[in-house]
Amino acid sequence: MVELLSWGRYPRQPQHPHAVFWADEISHVLGKIVETNKTSLIYGMGRSYGDSCLAVSNQVVTTQGMDRILAADWETGVIFAQAGLSFAELIQITLPRGWFLPVTPGTKYVSLGGAVANDVHGKNHHVMGTFGRHILRLFLYRSDEGIVECSRHIRSDLFVATIGGLGLSGVIVAVEFQLRPIETSRINQTSIRFGGLTEFFQLTASHDHTHEYTVAWIDCLATGQNAGRGHYIMGNHAKADIAHTHTQLTLAPHKRMKIPFDPPFSLINTLSLRAFNTLYYHKQQQKQISRCVSYDPFFYPLDSLKHWNRIYGHAGFQQYQCVIPQRDGQTAIADIMQEIAKSGSGSFLAVLKQCGDIISPGLLSFPMHGVSLALDFPQHDQKNTQLFNRLDRLVHEVGGRLYPAKDAHMSAEHFQQAYPQWQQIEAMRDPRLFSKFWQRVTQ
Amino acid sequence: MNATLSPQNILIIGATSGIAEAVARRYASIGANLFLVARNSKKLAIISSDLIARGATNVQLFVLNAHEYDLLPQMVEQAWAAFGIINVALIAYGTLPDQTRAETDLDYAITEFRTNAESVIACLTILANRFETQGYGVISVIGSVASDRGRGSNYVYGSAKSAIESFTSGLRSRLYKKGVHVLLIKPGFVATAMTANLNLPEKLTASPESVAINIQNAISHRKNVVYTPSFWAFIMLIIKLIPNIIFKRLSL
Ligand SMILES: Cc1cc2nc3c(=O)[nH]c(=O)nc-3n(C[C@H](O)[C@H](O)[C@H](O)COP(=O)(O)OP(=O)(O)OC[C@H]3O[C@@H](n4cnc5c(N)ncnc54)[C@H](O)[C@@H]3O)c2cc1C
Repeated sequence: MVELLSWGRYPRQPQHPHAVFWADEISHVLGKIVETNKTSLIYGMGRSYGDSCLAVSNQVVTTQGMDRILAADWETGVIFAQAGLSFAELIQITLPRGWFLPVTPGTKYVSLGGAVANDVHGKNHHVMGTFGRHILRLFLYRSDEGIVECSRHIRSDLFVATIGGLGLSGVIVAVEFQLRPIETSRINQTSIRFGGLTEFFQLTASHDHTHEYTVAWIDCLATGQNAGRGHYIMGNHAKADIAHTHTQLTLAPHKRMKIPFDPPFSLINTLSLRAFNTLYYHKQQQKQISRCVSYDPFFYPLDSLKHWNRIYGHAGFQQYQCVIPQRDGQTAIADIMQEIAKSGSGSFLAVLKQCGDIISPGLLSFPMHGVSLALDFPQHDQKNTQLFNRLDRLVHEVGGRLYPAKDAHMSAEHFQQAYPQWQQIEAMRDPRLFSKFWQRVTQ
Repeated sequence: MNATLSPQNILIIGATSGIAEAVARRYASIGANLFLVARNSKKLAIISSDLIARGATNVQLFVLNAHEYDLLPQMVEQAWAAFGIINVALIAYGTLPDQTRAETDLDYAITEFRTNAESVIACLTILANRFETQGYGVISVIGSVASDRGRGSNYVYGSAKSAIESFTSGLRSRLYKKGVHVLLIKPGFVATAMTANLNLPEKLTASPESVAINIQNAISHRKNVVYTPSFWAFIMLIIKLIPNIIFKRLSL
């Protein structure tokens, strides 16, 4: 039988799945689990890295069978769907009709429910905010009330506790949200090589307002003169071109390579990392390259390699994603990068993103106006703990915070200070739902 | 697949089953008309909205319980009235009996057998005559690899599926001469609501989506019998070759 882990495969606490296919089964399935195990949790597609999708009881309700579209209005782009539907499927259905997700994370293998519960953000945070901003209403199952509709106007307390609510306010059954229109399935992308953080901040300042999607990759192992070097990537949906009307809204071909099993040891070590990062940086010869690319490699470069999380071997890995308030962005990021470079640890992809000032309705939403940095670290108990302690202190000092969806380590103290509204969530929590993350940061 | 050559009007009986839903989605995405039959009207309505959003041109619903044989002619009449012709019919419902209970509870065993065998035969009989008049089309039925050999752990289910296998084999010969094709689909383990509580071996368990692709291909290529995923043909061949003297000792 399949046992489920989170994406980082750390902490390694296998979850036993209980599938639901229809909303009216939730009460029964949840009831059965709770009878013997007290609490449970909903598991979408397990694309959270740490322990926020792991149940304290190790018994999770899986929703992938609840993947139906309940209504779609192709005139207005309003779509109403069950929470287990994946973004990958959604794109298959909406894109040929000229609509795209308003906000998408860096993988399309997330469920609608998971995207709401983590209030995901994407490369367009500076213009579109988080996914939660585009939700019109939600249907939520609560063990004490049954199925409840909520929106900004109806039961708004539940609505704001569910967006970014880490799956604790109830089971999201269905979501209605606004799609964004597109004329083609392609993105006009420009990639600019930069030599350091100062240059990155100049680039975002001058290009973010004319580009819907912006993100930067940095070589986090580079030190000295090269510190903070990387590539800044910006893009806009390509406009329709009268000459090619029939190929404008084409789905990307379904091609995925697969890492078929756990390698006996981690393929990621300092040497391979350094080589990769140096190569990646120098791959682009010119300072600036513009191309028109398909939406798939633009938004989801990692999805072409199925189970890439397995390259870290049995021990798994952790992601470290923080956001630093605008005022201190540059200096704090520089300090953090320096700590990481010193530690010699770090990831294939260190991602830097300027977040905008659009506020999410969600109480526990992660992004804030400032800069977000995300990196993967192979799991080495001692090394990670020491480094993360130092980084946490830097983040904490400037009023930044860590992303629960990516977290497996932050302390209760840091969490509670960074997310002061956590008590409201705790008060509204469905007593039958309890995650390992929530246990760790609130008890 | 070329949309203009593919079947356009599809009748699915047992449309809320996991495999049926996956098949319906594939046809919906190429703009088919679907006539869906199942006993739960609420689920039917939700599936209908989903298929419309995925591109189905027209979806019609009919509520029917497998044992209501007297409604079958009406169901068939409505389906043909809705779309004029039916290119493909798929019978996809079934239950998975609890073998242990069936060994002592005779009523239960008989009811399960009737659902999985008798009622399907009733459906096939009515459909066969309508298709015969039409003179073309494909009648497809979901059987099971379990029909290949009665096993100690699920012979009530297996024997019901065997009945269908024999029945379709005969029906195929009869209708072949009339231009109508009969397809028997034999899935192995598939991850659907029906099997959600079973401890299925991960490596042998297929997704309803991949099974649906096999079914759609088998329909368009007028296959007689299709194992899905195809490796089950090989597994079942080996199981069939085990001599009884050994087979009866195994706890399969
Ligand atoms: C390669 C990669 C790139 C990523 N990039 C980004 C990014 O750019 N931006 C970003 O914001 N995130 C990103 N993420 C994180 C990912 O978007 C989130 O973790 C997302 O929430 C995962 O969705 P899921 O369906 O897998 O949910 P899971 O990980 O299974 O669950 C996440 C949370 O949602 C809850 N939940 C799920 N379904 C329901 C439901 N129906 N009802 C109630 N609660 C539910 C769970 O209990 C859990 O708390 C990335 C992840 C990966 C693997």
